[in-house]
This record gives sequence, C-alpha cells and structure tokens, in this order.
Amino acid sequence: MEKELKLMKGNEAIAEAAIRYGADAYFGYPITPQSEVIEYFMEQNPIERTGMVVLQAESEVAAINMVYGAAACGMAAMTSSSSPGFSLKQEGLSYIAGAELPCLVLNVVRGGPGLGTIQPSQSDYFQSTKGGGHGDYRLIVLAPASVQEMYDFVQIGFDLAFKYRNPVLILSDGIIGQMMEKVEIGPQRVRRTMDEVIKQCPWATTGKTANRERNIITSLDLVASRQEEFNRKLVKKYDTIREKEVRCECINCDDADYVFVAYGTSSRLCMKSMDLLRKEGYKVGLVRPITLFPYPSKIIAGLAERVKGFLTIEMSTGQMVEDVMLAVNGKRPVKHYGRVGGVVPTPEEIVDAMKNFMKGE
Amino acid sequence: MAELTINDIIKEENLVYKKTKVMTDNVMHYCPGCGHGTTHRLVAEVIEELGIQDKTIGVTPVGCSVLMYNYLDIDMQEAAHGRAPAIATAIKRVMPDKFVFTYQGDGDLAAIGTAETIHSCNRGENITIIFVNNGIYGMTGGQMAPTTLSGMKAVTCPRGRDVNTMGYPLHITELIAQLPNVRFVTRQSVHTPANVRKAKAAIRRAFENQKDGKGGLSFVEIVSNCNSNWKMTAVDANKWMEENTFKEYPLGDIKIDWEIQEGKISLRNRKLDY
Repeated sequence: MEKELKLMKGNEAIAEAAIRYGADAYFGYPITPQSEVIEYFMEQNPIERTGMVVLQAESEVAAINMVYGAAACGMAAMTSSSSPGFSLKQEGLSYIAGAELPCLVLNVVRGGPGLGTIQPSQSDYFQSTKGGGHGDYRLIVLAPASVQEMYDFVQIGFDLAFKYRNPVLILSDGIIGQMMEKVEIGPQRVRRTMDEVIKQCPWATTGKTANRERNIITSLDLVASRQEEFNRKLVKKYDTIREKEVRCECINCDDADYVFVAYGTSSRLCMKSMDLLRKEGYKVGLVRPITLFPYPSKIIAGLAERVKGFLTIEMSTGQMVEDVMLAVNGKRPVKHYGRVGGVVPTPEEIVDAMKNFMKGE
Repeated sequence: MAELTINDIIKEENLVYKKTKVMTDNVMHYCPGCGHGTTHRLVAEVIEELGIQDKTIGVTPVGCSVLMYNYLDIDMQEAAHGRAPAIATAIKRVMPDKFVFTYQGDGDLAAIGTAETIHSCNRGENITIIFVNNGIYGMTGGQMAPTTLSGMKAVTCPRGRDVNTMGYPLHITELIAQLPNVRFVTRQSVHTPANVRKAKAAIRRAFENQKDGKGGLSFVEIVSNCNSNWKMTAVDANKWMEENTFKEYPLGDIKIDWEIQEGKISLRNRKLDY
C-alpha cells in the first residue's frame, strides 16, 4: 500500500493524528505558538469526520477540567497549550493524576518566566518532569524532535495514558510546533463504541447500571493513612513506568569520547554539531532522551563508565542537566550549554561549546 | 376485633414515605439543621422518579457538599474548586444521552468558579446546575462568600460585610438568567415542607429539561442556611433566613423556557436598595 504523505506543521500533525487515532475529545484555548492545533481541529470539524468533540474553552483552566470530565467517562481526551497557559493547567493535571485518569496534553514551549516571549524554548523541563502541580505525582513525558514524531507520539501517548491511567505530556517547543515537514499519515481508526469504552474502562462514570456498584472519580481521601497508601500505590506505578517505558536514542555513542545529551529541537541541532565535530576527527556522540519521564538514567550511567564527559544542550539555563548529573553521579564531568529567552543556538556555537568542554574549560 | 400487629400496618397502601433507593445508607456528615441533606434527597428522589439512575452523572464541588458522592447511588465525579461546570460540559458533550448535573455552593459557583459558571451557561450546555446559597463558606469555617449579606458578620469580615470595600452580595442567579441560552432559572428554599415541595418540582423540571431535545441550561438556586457558622440554632437560622436572606434573594421562578418572568430582574440601585 502506498504511504500517505503530507506536508504539515507540527501543531497540525498533532491534531490530525488525534482525529486518526480515534480520539474522543479535544478542549483548547488559543495561545501562541500552538493556536494552529485548535484552528486545525475546527477547520477539520471532526464531529463530522469521526464524532470527536472539539470545544474552545473559556480558559486553559476550564479546558484541562473538561479533559478531566471526559477522561473520567473513559474517553480519549486531550488539550494543548503553551508555557503560560500550561502553568494554568497544572491544577487540573494534579487532579487528573490524583484521580488516575488517562489523558494526553501538549505543551508547545515558549520562553519564560511570566509572559516571556513567543519564541521557542525548553525552559519548562522542571515543570514537566518533576510534577508541576501540587502533590507527589508524575506525568509520562514524551519529547518529539520532528513533525513526524509529533504525529506518532499521539498514538504512543494515548496508549501509555490508558495503560497506566496516567496523564501523558508531549513536550514540544515553538520550533517543532511551527515548522513544516513531511509526515507519514496513518490510517483512520474507528472511535470506540460506548460498549467498548465501558469494557476497556470499567472504572469510568458512564452511568451506574444495575450490574455494578457506582463509580466515583475523585482525588480526595480525608483519612491520612488511606491517602498515604494511595501515594505509595502511585509510587509503585511510577517505578513500573521507570522500569518499562524508557525511550532513548543513542547516536555514535559506541566509540564516543564525549557525548551531547539533548532532547527535541536541541537534539536536532546537536546532530549537525556532531557531524561537524566528527569531520574534524572528534569522537562525539549524542544521547537523545525521548521520554523525559521516565528518564534514561541507566543508559547515561552506563555511558559514564567509559566516556570522558557529558555536555547537555538545552534552550534553558540548565534544567535537564540536573538529571544527567544525578545519573552520572560524579563519575565524569557534566556541563550545560544553552541559549534562552527564545534564542536558538547555532550548530557552530554548540561545536565551540563542546570544544571548550573537551579542553576542560 | 383482633388486635393490630405491626405486620398489619406495614402494607403498601399505608405507605406515606420511604427513603429513595438512589440514596445510600451512609451517615451524612452535615450539621443538624443544614439544608444540604434535604436538597440531596430531593435530587435523589427526582432521579428515581424519572427512572434515570443509570443515565445520570453528577459532579460535586469543593465545599461542604464535596462528599455528596458518598450519599447518592449514581456515578459521580469530584471536581476541583469551581470547575464543576467545565467538567459537566465535557461529560454532556461526550455522552449527550446522559443526564448531567453539578451541585455547588456559593463560594464554588460564584467566586472561584465564576468563569466556568458564566461560560457553561452562556454556551447553554444542556445540564442542570444546583446552586446552594447559604451566604458563607461552610467547610473552611465561616468565611465571607460573594453572596454574604451586607453587614453580615463572618470570620473574614468580623465587623460585618462592608459593601464599599468588599462588594455587594453577588446576584449570580439574576446575571445568569439574562444569558439567552439559559432556559430555566429559579430560586427556592428547603426550610419548610411547602418550600421543599416547590424546590423538588423545580429540580424535577430542571432534569426534565435535559430529555425533551430542546436543550438549554437549567439553574436551580436553593437559598439555604448555615446555622453552625451563622452561630444560631437551626430554628433561629431559618427564621433569620426568612427575615433577611429572602429580602436580598427573593424566592420564585426567574426564567421559564427562555422567558424571563415579569418583574423578576431589576437593576439594583446602590442608594435605594442598600
């Protein structure tokens, strides 16, 4: 069968992927640089195509709570935003994690803090991987580095969300969201019927029938000992995710003396910088974490046994570098290089940063 | 004549009242005298009478009624503070054949959740909102609510609500009635048997509005008491409510089938009305 190829923006690819996945609902609110997601949905009118519900909410807060409502009915529900709007979603995400609901959320990151800038950034790493909202919880975080991955991660994300009853975040940035690339489009899947939803999600609030007890979706337990028990249960779930769901790409690491560690847009830049360095004879590799939670700590710890050092490239003042340091655990030097505020580093300046790092500067 | 035994009395034709099966047997946590218990029962009775127990999804708020899901034998979701109408919006959109309602207090609905309330009403979501207004934050210990009466004392306005610095009692119900997609707006109470019957009829109508295909949002305000935080006996609280709260929030239907009822909404004048 011939492949279906399309030239798409990353933001459009997300929306098309959701429709083709057979998602049930999207709730959004406009913010640059991700407004194309909801615009594409509205243009496509998925209620006609597949029966998928799309709604422009009154705020990011309302949108994430709408996701809560739909997800609690067993639906494949999603929302998207960019950094300032994503901060507003943290309340809802905490409740969704606390109620153990599956959902997919997209953050097309722009520079902060505050209103910051509308230019791309990777400065929401801490918020994305360490919880973000109140309470002890984790999101599963996927970091796409291409428009194709924006498309592919929708299916992977929803599947993980339902497998673990946990919110999944696609952590993108203004470049991946806005740039156009060729995308291979998958076939249209049929949305689940209500009977299939009930079978897959017996816990969902689909109406209390005579053959079962009532279903209650809540994150509240006023008995401290029971809440502690629940917290322990979450920890167990996160440990299973750490054990089973790490995704990571290692490029040219086998003979590398030094490695870059970078995700998303930064990893694309590092690919070019690595080529330039290799042409000059430097044995440089790249570790690209695809899941930021769970983090590929074991892979990095393994490399720390034989490479000479790690340089993280991030469009932030240094956030992921802390996870690399934890994994390396003092065995090798770890340094960070990044540009911030919406500035994107050039491959050449990354080459210089690596040369300085190799010299021990 | 043979002596009557208990079994002669327990007969279908002698039945005047029974607990609806839509209520669970869990002991309620509400203070004696509180209106929540009665209002819960009315919602449960309406669900039973309409035969929609298997088709109803409720959304509970943050506040005293946060644990409502312990008392109703239906599927329920617990919302973040103020967000119940957003959640109910999504439930109704993804399952349009279900009956969806929120149950919210004044702080939840008219303070932190104002945006969610106004916009779900403005979209005319085909849901029912039960709004219990007792003019105070009960669960957190008696703080001022947006609906607290002028001059009324609360722990965050211990010298009484000063309308010049704290705002006037918010008439969110009249605000909502003016939105074209809102179908039914009424204000009731549950402090006397007669009022209980009226309130039940209103709640029934608000649920029935979800099944005739005409759409629109239905909004039932229950003006209620909080004798614990008002620091009164239950009887005194109801008397105080009749003498004071009903003056600020008069009972009755405000909008029926998209028609605002005559004389029910008037612009408030700062000098004349307060």
